Amino acid sequence: MSNNISIRHAVKKYGENIVIPDLSVEIKEGEFFTLLGPSGCGKTTLLRMIAGFNSIEGGDFYFGDKRINDLDPSKRNIGMVFQNYAIFPHYTVRKNVEFGLKNKKFPKEKIKEQSEKFMKLMQIDQFADRMPERLSGGQQQRVALARALCIEPDVLLMDEPLSNLDAKLRVEMRTVIKNIQHSVNITTVYVTHDQEEAMAVSDRIAVMNQGVIQQIATPKAIYQRPANIFVSTFIGRSNVIEGKLEVRDGTAWVVTKTGYRAPIKGVRPEFMKDMDVTLSIRPEEFLLDRDTTDGIPAIVDDCVFLGLNTHYFVHLASGEEVVIIQESSIDSIIEPGSEIKLTLNTEKLNVFTADGSENILSGVRNDCPTA
Amino acid sequence: MVKKRFDGWFIISIIMLLLFIAVLIYPMFGIIKQAVVMPDGSFSWSQFQKFFGQSFYSKTIVNSFKITFFVTALTLVIGIPFAYFYAFYRLKGAKILFVVSILCCMSAPFLGAYSWVMLLGRAGVITKFFKAAFGIKLPSIYGFGGIALSQTLKFFPLVFIYMNGAFKSIDNTLMEASSNMGCVGVKRLFKIVLNLTMPTILAAALMVFMQAFADFGTPTVLGEGFKTFPVLLYNEYLGENGSDYNFAAALAVIAVIVTAVVFFLQKWATSRFKFSINALHPVEKKPATGFGGFLMHLYCYLLCAVAFLPQIYIIYLSFRKCKGAVFSPGFSLGNYQQAIKKKLWMASKNTVLMGVIALLIIIVIAVILAYLVVRRSSALNHTLDTISMLPYIMPGAVIGIALLIAYGGKPFALTGTAAIMIMSFAIRRMPYTIRSATATLMAIPISIEEAAVSLGASKVKTFIKVTVPMMSNGIISGAILSWVAIVTELSSSVILYSNKTATLTMQAYIYIGRGEYGTAAAFAAILTVITAISLFAYMAISKSEDDIQL
Repeated sequence: MSNNISIRHAVKKYGENIVIPDLSVEIKEGEFFTLLGPSGCGKTTLLRMIAGFNSIEGGDFYFGDKRINDLDPSKRNIGMVFQNYAIFPHYTVRKNVEFGLKNKKFPKEKIKEQSEKFMKLMQIDQFADRMPERLSGGQQQRVALARALCIEPDVLLMDEPLSNLDAKLRVEMRTVIKNIQHSVNITTVYVTHDQEEAMAVSDRIAVMNQGVIQQIATPKAIYQRPANIFVSTFIGRSNVIEGKLEVRDGTAWVVTKTGYRAPIKGVRPEFMKDMDVTLSIRPEEFLLDRDTTDGIPAIVDDCVFLGLNTHYFVHLASGEEVVIIQESSIDSIIEPGSEIKLTLNTEKLNVFTADGSENILSGVRNDCPTA
Repeated sequence: MVKKRFDGWFIISIIMLLLFIAVLIYPMFGIIKQAVVMPDGSFSWSQFQKFFGQSFYSKTIVNSFKITFFVTALTLVIGIPFAYFYAFYRLKGAKILFVVSILCCMSAPFLGAYSWVMLLGRAGVITKFFKAAFGIKLPSIYGFGGIALSQTLKFFPLVFIYMNGAFKSIDNTLMEASSNMGCVGVKRLFKIVLNLTMPTILAAALMVFMQAFADFGTPTVLGEGFKTFPVLLYNEYLGENGSDYNFAAALAVIAVIVTAVVFFLQKWATSRFKFSINALHPVEKKPATGFGGFLMHLYCYLLCAVAFLPQIYIIYLSFRKCKGAVFSPGFSLGNYQQAIKKKLWMASKNTVLMGVIALLIIIVIAVILAYLVVRRSSALNHTLDTISMLPYIMPGAVIGIALLIAYGGKPFALTGTAAIMIMSFAIRRMPYTIRSATATLMAIPISIEEAAVSLGASKVKTFIKVTVPMMSNGIISGAILSWVAIVTELSSSVILYSNKTATLTMQAYIYIGRGEYGTAAAFAAILTVITAISLFAYMAISKSEDDIQL
């Protein structure tokens, strides 16, 4: 009993303070959809508007064909998982799980059957008669999930559900969440500020900033072809340096401040002209080239050996500081102070307009309706 | 929550507002009116001039201030070390210390005073003993010294309860950090521990001040020539030398102004010490060994023993043979037989019945008000919250007089009824339960209620099945204080009671007044047993052993 969610021109205000100016998004049936952004970007606000805990100052919210703007939260048939789990402390695990079923007036046998099923699924059936205070954080989160899912909600909402767990448990639980979402195939909206977590669980991610969706796409598309400079720096790590675009004989070249030139493919036709650009280069997209004579001259300031990779903190001849990641090899740590030459992996790097507002390369996917 | 302005809760806010206006604002207004409008209808400040113009009257407020400040300071000096030893060291029999000190502060103040008279008065056992054995004449129990002794030993446990809670909230890492930087022992106590708990020290001081200032029973029994403000207030209203209602009303206004000033001074002082500490690692109690440990035990046990002595002695007296004011050798149940003749059953029934009704009213109001203030924050609801604290600064006698002025006459004619007694109980002891209910609800994340709503529970169901049960600990701990305070209430009931509505406390007070000490002791003993049972019942229900919130 899954549903698609469509939000059209949503507006959220606190008094005069506009938190979400105009937001539209279509979430597909059965999809694992993540709202990702820095704290204060409005992602939790939006989630709570969907849940019915925040008022809606404008726009329309639909579950399928049903407009839910004025529907009481208790009638929206939502499963919600909270950051602090929100387990009822005065009920046992079983009573917590059964709470929603009783409210939804399930028949008695069905309540038992359904709660048993989901407690088994979440592997908490052995704690069924325990009080919540005797459960660990991870176990409480499982109870919260079982409780939210067993009422067979139309949509599942999760508000930073893993942020109270320790790092190891967080990784474990995100796999649990992803697997269970797939097995019950329920439309899920997931809020997090952790981009790695978002990449790990999501079918699609909406990157938000200051109440505006910057890009909606698959994790891979967002990482590889971010729509603007905000997305490219928020998702993963990016070095941002100034540069120029030059078009010679139908070929586009990027030129760094140091004078290094490299041909680049895939520039959209409307941008095939000489202009200032911003280059966004991920640490692995810098190539250390010992043989080249042109390249970007740089000096290594520091290096950090992290096992699989080694991070180099370098400054370019132009003065710009960047981070480079190289796969560690047996003999070749480059000592701080060494002069090196860098080239660019032009297939992977991204080129934005000078103000960073738009990626000028083709292949950017953005499902955001207002984009 | 989706906020709809005119939902059911808004209507409840309005009902609460009307209720508060009826039982708090309107009676207060009546008092002010009576203070400045003379019987002939003319407006006059003459009552206030009379008070400040004649030292016979104005001296009482000086007296009250002197004794109250002295007692407040002394309770801090005695109570803080007691709480410190209790919270930071593993004392032997800590639970006994806890229970005994709580029992001390839960008795009616005038009973302690009366018992001290029996022990240290002109014909007291200890006085006689010292005279016979050593030829020493002990100083008089009457006057300033006696009131100070009786009130200090009665109120220091309040400081202990407050401070124990505060000490437990100190994070151990702060203590460790402090000693890491070379600040240990007494220096650490003053620089870190007491500074961190300053808001609580001030809160405890305010609590003691309000209770001591409003205490009517102790100075009545022990005052003799030393007249305090509440005693004057009572005498002017219902005194044997004829009543002056207008003057009494003016006194009530002055009393409220004085307590309000102290209240706001305390708030101002507290605002300068605003910080929150979160004890992730509560302080681990150290063993109390060696000579220091011995001194700690000695101090705590001696203090509790002395403070508890009056109650034990009263119970002892209740079984002694007695005729009128004279106890004779030997034991008997005669005092209880007398008490039964003097309406013991009726008084017990009154105490329990009126107390329970008042307590239920308090709990309902406290739960609703806490919800309104915490979950439905609005200007209206914060006004309600502020008004609800009004009884905190109204001495009992003032509430009594205010209610009589407002509801004593026609058309209500509640004078002498159980209704007006219950009203005064509920009003007077409401703030404790409201504060603890509010504090509890604030600590409960709203997401738990949201979870209930998202799982299909209606608002009413969420409130009853989730919110209220989660608040229950806070409600119970506030309610136990309200309950005990109701049962031992004297200063307002002495103005409001009638033959039909006398409580055990009232009966004990009346028979002390009549010089029938044995009968009074029997009433007092039963009262002590009731408060003790209440406390043990509470401790059995609540899981934590020493968490009484104030």
